Amino acid sequence: MGTDLIFRIVLIVIIFLISLVVAMYSTYAERKIAAFFQDRIGPNRAGPWGILQPLADGGKMFLKEEIIPTNATPFLFIVGPCLAILTACIGSAVIPWGQKMVVGGHTIDLQVTDINVGVLYIFGVVSLGVYGVMIGGWASNNKYSLLGAIRAASQNISYEISMGLSIIALLMLTGTLSLKEIAEQQHGANWNVIRQPLGFILFIVCAFAETNRTPFDLPECETELVGGYHTEYSSMKLGFYLFAEYINMFISSAVMATLYWGGYNYPGMDWVTAHVGPAIGPLIGTVVLFAKIFLFIFFFMWVRWTIPRFRYDQLMDLGWKILIPLAIGNIVLTGVVSTALKHFGF
Amino acid sequence: MSTFYFIAFLSIFFSILVITAKNPVHSILYLILTFFTFTIHYILLNAQFLAIVNFIVYMGAILVLFLYTLMLINLNKDSEPVKPFMVKVAGVFGGGILAVALASSLKLVAQSNPVVLQNPELGLVKNLGKVLFNEFLLPFEVSSVLLLSAMVGAVLLATKDPKTAA
Repeated sequence: MGTDLIFRIVLIVIIFLISLVVAMYSTYAERKIAAFFQDRIGPNRAGPWGILQPLADGGKMFLKEEIIPTNATPFLFIVGPCLAILTACIGSAVIPWGQKMVVGGHTIDLQVTDINVGVLYIFGVVSLGVYGVMIGGWASNNKYSLLGAIRAASQNISYEISMGLSIIALLMLTGTLSLKEIAEQQHGANWNVIRQPLGFILFIVCAFAETNRTPFDLPECETELVGGYHTEYSSMKLGFYLFAEYINMFISSAVMATLYWGGYNYPGMDWVTAHVGPAIGPLIGTVVLFAKIFLFIFFFMWVRWTIPRFRYDQLMDLGWKILIPLAIGNIVLTGVVSTALKHFGF
Repeated sequence: MSTFYFIAFLSIFFSILVITAKNPVHSILYLILTFFTFTIHYILLNAQFLAIVNFIVYMGAILVLFLYTLMLINLNKDSEPVKPFMVKVAGVFGGGILAVALASSLKLVAQSNPVVLQNPELGLVKNLGKVLFNEFLLPFEVSSVLLLSAMVGAVLLATKDPKTAA
């Protein structure tokens, strides 16, 4: 029990550090990718190829003057960004990062905790994420911030519905809410995306809306709302909001990879594990999972620098009139097809 | 047991703050904390599914909408209607009677036998699903029709009458 607890605490710290480092280097990757898409060079001054740019940015954020506006509600003004980063970080607790590792007689579980309602936990954390934006936007006591916060709230609630419906179709096939079991079912190349292609497309569109990424970044639409909900924020409090967005992106990529793209599974994993042993084999699975996550993060950035922002009414039309009917249709289709297959003995 | 008392204290503490907070937005934020303590109660009772659904539905959706509405309407001291003196007296009188009734009913309370759960795993999602779709299938489906009718009603209220709109 004691060693298990220590392993778990070490795992939590490692995951936390990885989330932060990935979030930091996502800002660098975003700028480099944007530069590539726009035929520029991008950051190249701090260190070789500008590799130290995120550190310089972080240092700048810490050293900037901290301003709390006179008319703001001071306590809630500080709570907002804290809540945003907190909800971004706790989502990683139920994601299975790899198979069980066996090192020197010890079995190490590469998952912080396996609760039997893991999918719903992720969903709850996502729905809680909007509070950071709302509280911060309201406490700033600024019209633009408030409008940004309200947009964030209505956008998140609208897209949560179709996200939930797309997950229901997946759960009808998996028959479990535990992310660990879902990952185990996709052993080898038996990935859920083959059986749920439409569900995956709906899920990724909703993930864009939930993480406030372009083309759905209406809450921070600078052409209309100055800076949106973080207009009044400066220094590291602004940094927390920006950081939370990148951590959210990382976590939602991990969730998508686990739910639809097989998580840590890859074709021929049994053969590899048999050859390199039970200590290294699961680590290769973890590396594969991270490769998938980085591909998704690249996809987020690719879309951001390719597709222009939606208008607000277009966003709501897409959410309510296209995605929700499609998601319900997907549920019906999944039910009919899986029952028919079972009936004809497949 | 001490966890229960601590969380119960927090629930009551936050719910008192809900009704005493001057600012309606603060009061909603306290309500969110109150619901969060309810979630912890459910977890203590080993009802994981109910806990997480309470978390998603109440904290994640309904209270977000409450907050959303309150942020849109401009509630402040200037626009708050001042109630007449007699209404205040009637309010204090009614509240006092309720308090007396509650206190007198508490005197009659006898300690009940501790409830023994036949199956402590009942709150887990698998068992709950089996119970809902076997024993309670009809009430479950009827309540879904009830929700559907409420939804249709809301849509009907929100759409403009085609005759008057034109």
